[in-house]
Amino acid sequence: MKILEKQVLSDDRGTRVIRMKVFSKDIPLKARAGQFIVAMVKEEGERIPLTIVDKGAQDITIIFQEAGLTTKLLGRLNVGDSLYALAGPLGHPTEIKNYGKVILVAGGVGIAEIYPVTQGMRDAGNHVVTIVGARTKELLILELELKSASDEFYVTTDDGSYARKGFTTDVLGELLKKDKYDLVYAVGPIPMMQRVAQVAKGFNVKAVVSLNALMVDATGMCGCCRVSVAGQTKFSCVDGPEFDASEVNWEELIKRNKIYQEQERHICKLHIQ
Amino acid sequence: MKKEPVKIKEAQAAKRAGNFDEVVLGYTEEEALREAGRCLQCKNPSCILGCPVGIDIKKFIEQITKKDYQGAYFTIREKNNFPSLCGRVCPAEYQCRRACVLTKKGSPFASEQAINIHFLERFVGDYGMKKSLEANAKKNQALSKFKVAIVGTGPAGLCCAGELARQGIKVVIFESLHKTGGVLRYGIPPFRLPREILDFEIDCLKKAGVEIVTNFIVGKAKTLDELTSEGYCAVFLGLGAGIPSFLGIRGENFCNVYSANEFLTRVNLMGAYKFPKAHTPVNIGRHMVIIGGGNTAMDSARVALRLQKMHGIAADTTILYRRTEVEMPARRLEIEHAKEEGVKFRMLVKPEEFIGDEFGFVRSLKCLECKLGEPDSSGRRRPVEIKGSDFQIDCDVAVIAIGLKANQILTGVTPQIKTDKYGDIVVDPLTMETSVRGVFAGGDIVGGEGTVIEAMGMGKKAAQGIIEYISKK
Repeated sequence: MKILEKQVLSDDRGTRVIRMKVFSKDIPLKARAGQFIVAMVKEEGERIPLTIVDKGAQDITIIFQEAGLTTKLLGRLNVGDSLYALAGPLGHPTEIKNYGKVILVAGGVGIAEIYPVTQGMRDAGNHVVTIVGARTKELLILELELKSASDEFYVTTDDGSYARKGFTTDVLGELLKKDKYDLVYAVGPIPMMQRVAQVAKGFNVKAVVSLNALMVDATGMCGCCRVSVAGQTKFSCVDGPEFDASEVNWEELIKRNKIYQEQERHICKLHIQ
Repeated sequence: MKKEPVKIKEAQAAKRAGNFDEVVLGYTEEEALREAGRCLQCKNPSCILGCPVGIDIKKFIEQITKKDYQGAYFTIREKNNFPSLCGRVCPAEYQCRRACVLTKKGSPFASEQAINIHFLERFVGDYGMKKSLEANAKKNQALSKFKVAIVGTGPAGLCCAGELARQGIKVVIFESLHKTGGVLRYGIPPFRLPREILDFEIDCLKKAGVEIVTNFIVGKAKTLDELTSEGYCAVFLGLGAGIPSFLGIRGENFCNVYSANEFLTRVNLMGAYKFPKAHTPVNIGRHMVIIGGGNTAMDSARVALRLQKMHGIAADTTILYRRTEVEMPARRLEIEHAKEEGVKFRMLVKPEEFIGDEFGFVRSLKCLECKLGEPDSSGRRRPVEIKGSDFQIDCDVAVIAIGLKANQILTGVTPQIKTDKYGDIVVDPLTMETSVRGVFAGGDIVGGEGTVIEAMGMGKKAAQGIIEYISKK
């Protein structure tokens, strides 16, 4: 659970995206693309899920944006410090196989989460098209890594400060219009994934999304992460985190992810100066 | 002259409902002596048959009357490693006390006159804890070359570990959460089981040589096969009943509709009652509604009420149950405590639909009234809806405490372990061995939800099965 490496990938007026390599003996032996870990920074802290972005023989890599209290506290840890708790790998791995032509869409810190899927899909023989979007140039991460892992690579920024101005889904729509694809895979902010679901559906292409529901134990015990998929209640932690995008009840997910918004703001103010 | 039962001291209801301190305060020596003195010392004591682990109740009570508390402690520990714990959480009125000769024949639970066996057990357990008697407990070294893995630090796993360690067997327990105790820590609130008691009992195990590995999810970080290939000659699975059941009614995914597991885990394990000192939040409503009639429902209600009081919200916590109080599976003591503290009870009610606001938060609950019909498979009278009786109650936080289903994180990737249609593990009832040689199971993952002591009973039986199994090796 010791932090072996730490690197600030981007810093947009104090909002940082950080990459950490953390020691683990067992998790890297089992971790596969699409799976996540649960981490705690301190004993009185929260349990938060984080995607496993990469792994070595005895380490895993996580990438996170300092958004809430827990990620901010995590960002304060340095090489040599230890997490209080680390468990995993959790969730079902991504179904990696040769689909043919796949488009991977990622936004925000989801860009980190798409990285192992990109590698896996490429290794499985797919023609991999990756589209990544960031709010602004400073928040764009892993550009070189993703570019070299993809057959085609597109970047958008919301404000036009880098590459193409606009959204990932603009590019997605154009690609799907021009050519036939076998799978769309998306991870990122909910509005982006929701839009990906709509666009893909319009072209009759299957889309898979990796959801970021709130979790506590993340082993199926509490049901905090429940989400309606095709009218059925599913637990993101043990049934997911990936689901068919066309079947997800997005409105419900958006609302459920805001359950503790007020407390989060309050506690951030209290603990972070 | 018939001697009256010695009442146990409890924290005052109005005061205690505003904190998480222990409610039942325990017997003094004088009180324990008086209560023990009421025991008739039956020639054929029926109470022992009522105990899932077969504690020699008659003997330990007699030892109390002779002030041989140390002797009493070891009498209990012969059968039960955790007297302080069981003395607090055992549903004695359904077990030993119900079997006590002083309980009226045919009564569904113990009469008030029955000996307060659980309080005496607690007295003895706490005496042993204060005197650190455990350190001196006898240990057999006969089987010290064997190593056994246990999955889960809940009551079944802890009990199995204790029994095996006593035989000198090396035990390693794997726990998926960051803290030990399983349901004893995430489920049972501190006011019913103070954390120092739980920590003490688990520390005793560690002192006896049991190793505990937290943050380790067997089935994910390692498969069962990988575990056994690491030199463990047997494995015990005390996985617990993991997945919360929901009602399956409309609006159940509105914000602030919790499973009892989530609500209690946030508060008990993650310490949400200390928010923001502890970082995990829980939402506290003005009208908190708990659905269910078991111990989990009582715990949830009493936690909800405490959260309201601690935050200066007028207490309004209501338990909805579809049968009547007699059919409630909860311990009678918990029902009484909940009532004393101000939890409201509404019986013969069936939830129909949660109503929410535009932000997705629950606002009220539509219900139907019920009446009792014919007995069902559980022997309890079935609730029958009364048509046209629908009504609505205010509800801005709901907690669903209607039971659990098997967690399949391990069994799902271990198809060689036979499970039943509920996903529970099938075992040989005599040895607790599963369909895989050398792999044993017990607790809620076998036969569904039960009590702490039932889980311990299974853990203990499995330990005997394991000892027999490895002795033949």
